[in-house]
Amino acid sequence: MNQDKPIEEVHILWISEGMSCDGDTVSMTAAGQPSIEDVVLGLIPGIPKVHLHNKVLAAETGEDFVRPFRHAARGELGPFVLVIEGSIPNERINGEGHWSSFGVDLETGEPITLNEWIDQLAPRAWAVVAVGTCATYGGIHAMAGNPTGCMGLADYLGWDFRSQADLPIVNVPGCPIQPDNFMETLLWLLQMATGRAPMIPLDDRLRPTWLFGKTVHEGCDRAGYYEQADFAVDYNSPRCQVKIGCWGPVVSCNVPKRGWMAGVGGCPNVGGVCIGCTMPGFPDRFMPFMDQPPGAMMSSKLVATYGKFIRTMRSITARTLDKEPKWHHNGPALTTGYDPRGPRSLVGDKYAPYGGNSGKEARR
Amino acid sequence: MSTTTSAPGAAPQRRLVEMAWDPVTRIIGNLGIYTKIDFDNREVAECKSTSSLFRGYSVFMRGKDPRDAHFITSRICGICGDNHATCSVYAQNMAYGIAMPPLAEWIYNLGEAAEYMFDHSIFQDNLVFVDYCEKLVKQTNPSLLARAERTPAPHANVHGFRTIADIMRAFDPFTGSFYREALQMSRLTREMFCLMEGRHVHPSTLYPGGTGTVATPQVFTDYLTRLVQFIDFVKKLVPVNDDMFDFFYEALPGYEHVGERRILLGCWGSFQNPDVCDYKYETMSSWGRAMYVTPGIVVDGKLLTTDLVDINLGIRILLGNSYYDDWQNEEVFVAKDPLGNPIDQRHPWNQTTIPRPQKRKLDGGPYSWVMSPRWYDRTSGAHLALDTGGGPLARLWSTALANLVHTPFVRATGNSVVIHLPKTKSSGEMELVWRVPQRANTLERNRARAYFVAYAAAMALYFVDKALERVHQGDVKVFEPFEVPDEGIGCGFHEAVRGVLSHHLVIRDGKIANYHPYPPTPWNASPRDIYGTPGPYEDAVQGMPLFEENGPEDFKGIDIMRTVRSFDPCLPCGVHMYVGGGRVIEERHAPMFGAAHAAPDAPDAPDAPEEK
Repeated sequence: MNQDKPIEEVHILWISEGMSCDGDTVSMTAAGQPSIEDVVLGLIPGIPKVHLHNKVLAAETGEDFVRPFRHAARGELGPFVLVIEGSIPNERINGEGHWSSFGVDLETGEPITLNEWIDQLAPRAWAVVAVGTCATYGGIHAMAGNPTGCMGLADYLGWDFRSQADLPIVNVPGCPIQPDNFMETLLWLLQMATGRAPMIPLDDRLRPTWLFGKTVHEGCDRAGYYEQADFAVDYNSPRCQVKIGCWGPVVSCNVPKRGWMAGVGGCPNVGGVCIGCTMPGFPDRFMPFMDQPPGAMMSSKLVATYGKFIRTMRSITARTLDKEPKWHHNGPALTTGYDPRGPRSLVGDKYAPYGGNSGKEARR
Repeated sequence: MSTTTSAPGAAPQRRLVEMAWDPVTRIIGNLGIYTKIDFDNREVAECKSTSSLFRGYSVFMRGKDPRDAHFITSRICGICGDNHATCSVYAQNMAYGIAMPPLAEWIYNLGEAAEYMFDHSIFQDNLVFVDYCEKLVKQTNPSLLARAERTPAPHANVHGFRTIADIMRAFDPFTGSFYREALQMSRLTREMFCLMEGRHVHPSTLYPGGTGTVATPQVFTDYLTRLVQFIDFVKKLVPVNDDMFDFFYEALPGYEHVGERRILLGCWGSFQNPDVCDYKYETMSSWGRAMYVTPGIVVDGKLLTTDLVDINLGIRILLGNSYYDDWQNEEVFVAKDPLGNPIDQRHPWNQTTIPRPQKRKLDGGPYSWVMSPRWYDRTSGAHLALDTGGGPLARLWSTALANLVHTPFVRATGNSVVIHLPKTKSSGEMELVWRVPQRANTLERNRARAYFVAYAAAMALYFVDKALERVHQGDVKVFEPFEVPDEGIGCGFHEAVRGVLSHHLVIRDGKIANYHPYPPTPWNASPRDIYGTPGPYEDAVQGMPLFEENGPEDFKGIDIMRTVRSFDPCLPCGVHMYVGGGRVIEERHAPMFGAAHAAPDAPDAPDAPEEK
């Protein structure tokens, strides 16, 4: 690590101008372990003084807010953690247009794209954090058929990217992030900055291992029903939901165990099927969400006697789900299957009940 | 840098200074505000707003399984995603021809009530109120702060803050006591939300046909005990708001015109009544009127309609200076609604979204990813630029005038809404009365927000009672099975936290053929439409008086920011606005950055999308 002495002050430069909903920022404010105000007010021992620059919480507005980002881009700010929220659009496919921007160029008045900011800031950052599944792996906006060609931060910067502290990108997936998962990851990095914590342990998808090393199923309080092959057939039931859409057995996430906040809520533990929202393959490989996942039929039948075999089969499925679709890239062409008028497989009278047409005639 | 531009007309010359804030913070999403200010007359002469984000939901949802729609559309918004999920479920229920079990409706209502409580209070106390805190007022209006120090707070005995300045200090970011208490309360209300909908902000337990929430007595007990704690906080919140806004009216005569616009309010209704709601389009007028927030359109203080079918038929999506191709000659998905009424090609059911990214042209060309939703008033033939008043103002106004909501804790009267709060740990019973105000302006949008927090909390008391009544009788059914039809249409109407929300869905071949959500922000922040009608922000900001004590050198734009924030902008829903006209000669001076944009030559000309 390129770090000689403990860092005493650190800036958090948080940009949520990816293709995002700002839901990770909002989710972060729900955290209590630790809370953001505890970190900002220095109420947690062993961390540097933190200057938070986040659009939703900032007192400053306009240029007053952007100024530290400009300083950082010129190398004039102290050590900073760059937090990116939202998927990274492909700005190479839209001519002179843009998909997303943050502030304007002081010389030209043109919007500055997120991509330009990342190019300037990431190489200078002490650490780079991708917050939420959009920023980590592309997420919902990178779905098949999308027009923006967007992708995850590591797809954009390269999976072998290293920050000033020689850290890989730190990915905290979740749609949105489980609040405490994010704050705990940030806390680890802040403790690293003061020399109190070792290198953050990450897996090959750059996730903190202690948060994403187990499956939803392994932490689910409905797993006992699974063991007894007692499955829900619709959503009225408190039993195991694998036959009605739950992907829990093959998804890396701690939410059923941790709850959503303060131990309250979650997903399959409270009646919501796991749709794999923390995974690189989300959402495409999990849709349609309310259907039984392929493989669930076999594993749920064999559960009683073939536990070891099932673990092997699951690990194969899990490897597939741990991959992003191949259209997540920063190449010069859009390969998502985008078609604003399609798909349209039917024509003619079939739409009579609502008086519609196929559009072919209208466009002619 | 300075340039001069002449425009048609013979108005007297004004000296205008260009001022910009990009990005506007303490909102959700990315918004830039570009103004021209007449400092001699303390007035905003012109305003443009830009948001530069396109994600393409309507595009990539085509061809997907319709049952995925609520999971996907929740991701439109990171603070009110559940409003989208709920609205999508409503639209799907209609398309699948099902009603939800009554208990499921109460659970949705409880979840959505918690969302209003959470979202309005975090926005009001941790984002909006920073514009009224000591730290900022000291920078923008030192003499106002001095007066606040001398002014006793009328409700000091209720909330404990002796002077108005004490209230201001309590809202200083991170250090203020009320600021921190509000953040903590925003967690409590989110826990209530999670009890009903699983996770915040993208719920896990909502499905068309109902919910997966397990209706144990414990779930409702856990909710109720938190609700009572929160109501204790609400009893301080509302008087704190009243004291602050009444002080502004008194200390700054004329502040009532800050952010004022004609009363043109839309509310699409919230909280279904399971005794009436069957999700059939044919009966939508009656189940819409049975909602616990009454849908309605209020024009110049008069209630035009409370009929969701009327509301639906009048929606038009117009193009302004947007980066899209027109769809007038594209496919017709729905020519007639199930009642036989004709559906316009500019209605969301028939919209085809075709993005066309290109260079931003603030000088009269395309500069926006947003379109202009309007409501077509058959009686006047006008395309009305309705706003939502940030949500609560329209909801309370419509509900008060309609006089249809009469529940144990919340009662409409025809010109007010009476909210009854029970005894809590620090105070006895309390009755709050929200009265229809004289104007729709910045302060009334904000005041209504505080009252609606109380409204949602009081309604939640009723919903807990209704839900427990079912559970006590042994009725725990929360989900109704369904089949997805090969073809069908649906529409959902709801109130997102910041105002009107509609989802329009067309199914063909069992897949989504068309899906168009219309959230509040496009309504509030829309650009001029093809008829030249400005959007609501434009109205509200243009011609607005300024009370900030700073000159151009250290101008913060606090009154403008207060106005923009009073609408509760939520930009992931997409926004753009532009205000033209008013100036003849201008002097350009760009204090924030070195560049200026050329002015449109004919600002009143209809905007036409320009293609590459």
